[in-house]
Amino acid sequence: MQNALGEIQTIAVFGGTSEIGLAIARRLITPSTRTVVLACRDVDAGARAAADLGRDAGTDPVMEAVTIEVVAFDAADTDSHLQVVAEIADTVGDLDVVVLAFGVLGDQAEFDADPAAAVGAVHVNYTGAVSVGLVVADVLRRQGHGRLVVLSSVAGERVRKANFVYGSSKAGLDGFAQGLGDSLEGSGASVLVVRPGFVHSRMTEGLAAAPFATDPDSVAEVVARGLRQGRRTVWAPGVLRYVFMVLRHLPGAVYRRLPLG
Amino acid sequence: MSDTLRIVRPSLTTRLTGWGRTAPVVGDVVEVTAADASAVVVDAPGRGVIARGLGRSYGDAAQNAGGQVLRLCDATGGMVLDAQAGTVTVGAGIDIDRLLRVIVPAGFFVPVTPGTRFVTIGGAIASDIHGKNHHVDGSFGRHVRRMSLLLADGSVVEISPDSDAELFWATVGGMGLTGVILDATIALLPIETSRLAVETRRVADLDTLLTLMSEGDHLYRYSVAWIDLMATGASLGRSVLTWGDHARLDQLDDRTAADPLAFGARQLVAVPPLVPTPGVVNRLTAGVFNEFWYWSTPRHRVDEIQTIPAYFHPLDAVGSWNRLYGRRGFVQYQFMVPFGAEGTLRTVVERIATSGASTSLNVLKRFGAANPAPLSFPRAGWTLTLDLPASWRPMADLMHELDRLVLGAGGRHYLSKDAVTTPDSIRRGYPRLPEWQAVQRRVDPNGRWQSDLGRRLELVDPPRSEQT
Ligand SMILES: Cc1cc2nc3c(=O)[nH]c(=O)nc-3n(C[C@H](O)[C@H](O)[C@H](O)COP(=O)(O)OP(=O)(O)OC[C@H]3O[C@@H](n4cnc5c(N)ncnc54)[C@H](O)[C@@H]3O)c2cc1C
Ligand SMILES: NC(=O)c1ccc[n+]([C@@H]2O[C@H](COP(=O)([O-])OP(=O)(O)OC[C@H]3O[C@@H](n4cnc5c(N)ncnc54)[C@H](OP(=O)(O)O)[C@@H]3O)[C@@H](O)[C@H]2O)c1
Repeated sequence: MQNALGEIQTIAVFGGTSEIGLAIARRLITPSTRTVVLACRDVDAGARAAADLGRDAGTDPVMEAVTIEVVAFDAADTDSHLQVVAEIADTVGDLDVVVLAFGVLGDQAEFDADPAAAVGAVHVNYTGAVSVGLVVADVLRRQGHGRLVVLSSVAGERVRKANFVYGSSKAGLDGFAQGLGDSLEGSGASVLVVRPGFVHSRMTEGLAAAPFATDPDSVAEVVARGLRQGRRTVWAPGVLRYVFMVLRHLPGAVYRRLPLG
Repeated sequence: MSDTLRIVRPSLTTRLTGWGRTAPVVGDVVEVTAADASAVVVDAPGRGVIARGLGRSYGDAAQNAGGQVLRLCDATGGMVLDAQAGTVTVGAGIDIDRLLRVIVPAGFFVPVTPGTRFVTIGGAIASDIHGKNHHVDGSFGRHVRRMSLLLADGSVVEISPDSDAELFWATVGGMGLTGVILDATIALLPIETSRLAVETRRVADLDTLLTLMSEGDHLYRYSVAWIDLMATGASLGRSVLTWGDHARLDQLDDRTAADPLAFGARQLVAVPPLVPTPGVVNRLTAGVFNEFWYWSTPRHRVDEIQTIPAYFHPLDAVGSWNRLYGRRGFVQYQFMVPFGAEGTLRTVVERIATSGASTSLNVLKRFGAANPAPLSFPRAGWTLTLDLPASWRPMADLMHELDRLVLGAGGRHYLSKDAVTTPDSIRRGYPRLPEWQAVQRRVDPNGRWQSDLGRRLELVDPPRSEQT
């Protein structure tokens, strides 16, 4: 259960090795936190991430021992989602915050050449999130409380030619997450849609940074504030809300000529 | 559910919080008569049931996210006053306000009253509430002669300090987690008048206050100090101490003496539902309030005659005053430390005073001895209560720091106020928790009684899956 100050007892991160996901978990750990679950495709990498996270949490002498569990989870294997989520809920009890942090950026040129690869990416980013998102939402609805944090992206806000497969999968995900949040209205559970811009992480390694580039810790800070304030949507950094207000309304002819890469 | 079941209000999916208006969750609220409560409990869904009174506990004690919340419709159960024996038998859904309207004119007072009349008898027992008279009369549980308790299997048992004493004392202070109290017989305090004779003193600092209370409390039935937790330096812990006793008839003036047992509590105003989001309690308003309260009190005033509402329940004159803290609500932090830990108490007061917190409804009280209930909060020592707006960012760190100080001094937190502490600090503060849990498991092997407080603080086991 979350306490009166919004401190969280249990956190589950799907895509548990994601840099942004881990930064969010680290930011949400307080002396009230009991369990963090890292649900990831690569459990060895997950175990290493867990050790790092435990070390960060452990540097606070008053912090009760936080248990960090690593479980296997593949976003693409949608048939397994029901069971994975049920097992997590069984072992940790109520889920206070669940973060959907998995995703693949891919390379547009490669997708152009290999539609099957594009389908694979969309399957993870969109279909996988729809699947696990619905399963988690059902758990939260039954609990009568809990927050689902969905990592969307500004790339879905107005899709651009440089990464339109990724962007369109995020556009779909964003719409799904908003609708899911609306459908949870009155249930005690809710969804926070997070729209980061360019974040320096493994996903963007080697790419030229876009304007207003940020880092995982800053995104985590925005998420923590959004949760505290009961927001439905947050942008990271916040200024992107206004940037995209403009970009969204640019005529196509102008948008296509922008140097957005 | 059976056809004959009379549910007063059907199951409603309702957003619930405690009085502090923090951490909202959704659960099904069912309002039933005492006679029908059993059927509802037996049919309860997987996430269990908890009883709710008037929701005056500040945190998450009387809510059950995703499960059922049972309210006893107060129209049933009735109230039987036995003036000879000085007891009243009363439905657990009835509140102290209604009780006082009947018993005060008959020459009786409740043995213990909290700072509001709007708590039910069920809530009073489940929280084992204490009042300004704890140093003389102990907490509510001491005055409960018997009660009937609805158990998880749907049966109803009679319990008292002589019959299943173990379950009786586990229910006193048991936060509704042993069952639903349906009715109880309470020993009352005979009174000659409905007035209090009050002595008020302005006290310059904490040390003077502790000395005055230690030396003077035993001369009065009621004692409490309002303390300014924003004052620092030489004024640290400056306060207003009030001592009181029920007034005798010969202490009243002629006009009041003509109707010595009159009781007519009224609500004067209510705070509207829409208060600006950050609330109106901040460093400025709280500071001004504290200054005003302190300096408007005479240095020393004796034999002032006050009414029951003015003396015990001043906040009840303002309806829904909890809205003053805005949408994010507020936290009430109440702890006790045993006698001998005055140094810790002083450190805590210093930490709060220098933290920049805006806080004004703070009270310090001296507790008498504990009763046999394993989860009862009061035991001999000092208890401090403070309110803080939940939107105040540094609070989390301050609370956890205070937790450490309190627990280090052998103190504990009051479950009915708690909304921020951890399972570990409850285990440390209540060393008899395992003893209580053994009784709890005996009467609820499948984990039917569930509340957010029980879950958050790991007081009870999760429901057994065969129920879902
Ligand atoms: C302004 C104010 C001043 C206060 N002052 C004091 C004070 O001086 N001293 C003090 O001790 N407390 C004080 N309190 C706290 C209050 O007395 C307790 O929280 C009390 O339990 C509230 O009663 P309620 O009927 O509102 O119960 P709720 O808040 O609805 O429930 C409290 C607990 O009682 C349980 N419960 C309720 N009904 C039943 C039942 N029929 N059977 C079994 N369990 C039941 C619930 O499950 C829950 O665990 C104060 C509260 C306020 C708002
Ligand atoms: N970085 C940015 O600029 C940016 C901007 C906006 C939005 N986002 C979104 O933020 C989220 C987190 O990204 P990040 O920056 O933290 O990148 P990251 O470190 O690369 O994290 C992405 C995670 O997704 C996991 N993943 C990929 N496919 C998976 C699958 N089939 N099943 C389970 N997990 C899978 C990866 O696990 P493996 O390591 O096992 O592959 C990795 O842990 C993503 O949804 C991303 O789209 C990122």
